[in-house]
Amino acid sequence: MINLPDTVFVLIAGMMLIAAAGAVWLKNVFYNALCLIACLFGVACLFIYLNAEFLAVMQVIIYIGAIAVAILFVIMLSHPMARRHAERSGATLARSAVLAGALFALLAKAVLSAAWVRGSSGGDSTRAIGRALLGESVLPFEIVSVVLLAAIIGALVISRNR
Amino acid sequence: MISQSIYSYLIVSSALFAIGVFGLAARRNLVAILISLELILNSASLNFVAFGFQTFAVFIIALAAAEVCIGLSLILLLHRHIDSIRIDQARELKG
Repeated sequence: MINLPDTVFVLIAGMMLIAAAGAVWLKNVFYNALCLIACLFGVACLFIYLNAEFLAVMQVIIYIGAIAVAILFVIMLSHPMARRHAERSGATLARSAVLAGALFALLAKAVLSAAWVRGSSGGDSTRAIGRALLGESVLPFEIVSVVLLAAIIGALVISRNR
Repeated sequence: MISQSIYSYLIVSSALFAIGVFGLAARRNLVAILISLELILNSASLNFVAFGFQTFAVFIIALAAAEVCIGLSLILLLHRHIDSIRIDQARELKG
């Protein structure tokens, strides 16, 4: 029997992981950024599965709408595609693959060997986030806003054309 | 139910993290390294949401925006200085 939510979940997760693999594997940086957008969209879909509608919308607006587009702009400005691609070293690829595979095996073993409990985020998660941001976690919220301001000013100062 | 079990989310985010680490170790292009960092941050935020801490994911998104903002301006500056965004050619500070 085919269970529709599970089928869609597997499709989304598979698409997201394939897009993530493309985002690190493909040689062309522009394709990397496009795959990153697909991967971020898959993560947003998974957020909807986890009852985090607000975060899914924020993921699409901030990550895809701002961060990924900024990365695309920098790729256009520095046009790395016009250059000759350097040859890949097989040894580096093999070492990285072994590192990533070992890390995944370790994490999967740790995940499967413990009894995790899924967080209960029932009800209106947007309201809960709003209450938390202005209630118990108001201090990190304010610090993050100062960090963002500092980052904006820092980026302006760093990339100013002298 | 695969889509209701927390283990499937944890495995997916572990795979995302491993892919990000692979990109971090294998690529030499600074923009590609930044993209791999984004994958790692997303796997962390997926984990947080799966455990029910949605407020943390908001902070992760905000800090990722700040990090990308600074990182991209540094990449542009580097590109202006040495006309390359490959990490093995940025070696003026090396020994």
